[in-house]
Amino acid sequence: MSNSVVMYEAEYQQIKTVIAKLCDDANAKMVFLVDKNGQQIASHGEIGNIDTTSLASLTAGNVAATDGLARLIGEKEFPVLSHEGEKDNIHISIVAQRVILVVIFDERSSLGLVRLRVKRASNELTDVFESIVRKVEQHKEQGVELDSPFAEITDEDIDNLFRE
Amino acid sequence: MTFINYASREINCKIVYYGPGLGGKTTNLQYIYDTTAPQAKGKLISLATETDRTLFFDFLPLELGTVRGFKTRFHLYTVPGQVFYDASRKLILKGVDGVVFVADSQTERMDANIESLWNLENNLKAQGYDLMKIPYVLQLNKRDLPNIISMDELKRELMRKGEPVFEAVAYKGVGVFDTLKAVAKQVLVELKKGSG
Ligand SMILES: Nc1nc2c(ncn2[C@@H]2O[C@H](COP(=O)(O)OP(=O)(O)OP(=O)(O)O)[C@@H](O)[C@H]2O)c(=O)[nH]1
Ligand SMILES: [Mg+2]
Repeated sequence: MSNSVVMYEAEYQQIKTVIAKLCDDANAKMVFLVDKNGQQIASHGEIGNIDTTSLASLTAGNVAATDGLARLIGEKEFPVLSHEGEKDNIHISIVAQRVILVVIFDERSSLGLVRLRVKRASNELTDVFESIVRKVEQHKEQGVELDSPFAEITDEDIDNLFRE
Repeated sequence: MTFINYASREINCKIVYYGPGLGGKTTNLQYIYDTTAPQAKGKLISLATETDRTLFFDFLPLELGTVRGFKTRFHLYTVPGQVFYDASRKLILKGVDGVVFVADSQTERMDANIESLWNLENNLKAQGYDLMKIPYVLQLNKRDLPNIISMDELKRELMRKGEPVFEAVAYKGVGVFDTLKAVAKQVLVELKKGSG
C-alpha cells in the first residue's frame, strides 16, 4: 500500500506553530487539523474533555457528506462550512484539498475575524503540506526507503498486539 | 489510507465493516466496545435512525498497543447496509485499509448478501481499490439461528479469493475478535510489504 499518508517531525512542529498562532489571532477556543479520512493531525487550545478522536471522525464525515451534496448539485465543493450555536460556533474549511481545518470560537471572536485569520493560516499550511509531498517524492526518487517502523515487523510483533 | 505520524509515533489504520442490512455490523462494533478495556478504546459513535439502523456510520477507535515504538490504532467503521444508503457507503470506503464483510447466514438473506458483496466490489473499484488485493475477511454471522444455510454453501457463494472465513454469533461475541484480528493482521502485513 503505497498510499500511506506520513507526517514528519519538522513539519509537525511547523503545523503546530501555525495553528497556535491562528488560535491566538482569531481569539478562538480551539483549532483542530484533521485528515479527510477522519484522523486527527494536530490540535491547539482549551481542549478540556472534548473527545478529539470523535471530533475528527465526525468532522470528516460531515465534510464527506457535504462534498457529496455539492457534487450532486453540480458544485465542485463547498469550501467552507460553518455552524452557529447558542454559545459556540464552528468554522470548517479545506486546506490543500486534503486536510480539514476546524476552528471553534465563541462571542470573544466573530465569524469575520475567524474567516480572515483562517485565510492566512490556510496559505501557510498549504506550504507545509506541499513540503511533505515533496519530501516523500524526493525519498522515492532517491530510492530512500521511508524509515517505516513496519519494515522489520515480525509475525510475533503482530501476534503480540492481540495478546490480552 | 494508513496515516503514519513520525512526530507523535502513531500509526492509524481504517477498517470498514460492510454487508447487508441487519447482518450484524453494528453488533460487532458494539461487542468490541463492550469488552475492550477502557484505556484501549475511545467512544463508540453511532449515527443511527430512531430504530437503531445505521444512518451514516458507526465509529470506534481502538488502540491495540505498540509495534516497534509506534502506537497502533485501528479506526473501525460500519456502513449502513440498507440498499438506498449507497451514497453514504461510498463515502465511508474512502481511505479504507481493510474490509470485513458481515454476511447474514439466514436462507432468506442470501440474495441480500450477494447484492451487498457485488455493491462492495463496485464501490471499491470506484475508489480505485481492488477487492482482490485489499485486506479482506468474510464473517458468516447469525450461526445461532435455525433457518441458516450451511457453511459450505455460504463459502461457495460468497468467498472471493481464499480470504479467512469465520463463523460468528456477533451478539454473543462468537467470532468477533477472530474476525478483527484476521483483518488487522492482514493490514499490518500489507504495511510491511509496502515498506519492504
Ligand atoms: N440471532 C442473532 N441476532 C444477531 C446476531 N448478530 C446481530 N444480531 C441482531 O441482528 C439485528 C441487527 O443487527 P445490527 O448490528 O444492527 O445490523 P447492521 O448490519 O448494523 O444493520 P444496518 O445498520 O441496517 O446495516 C440486531 O437486533 C442484532 O441484535 C447473531 O449472531 N445472531
Ligand atoms: Mg448498523
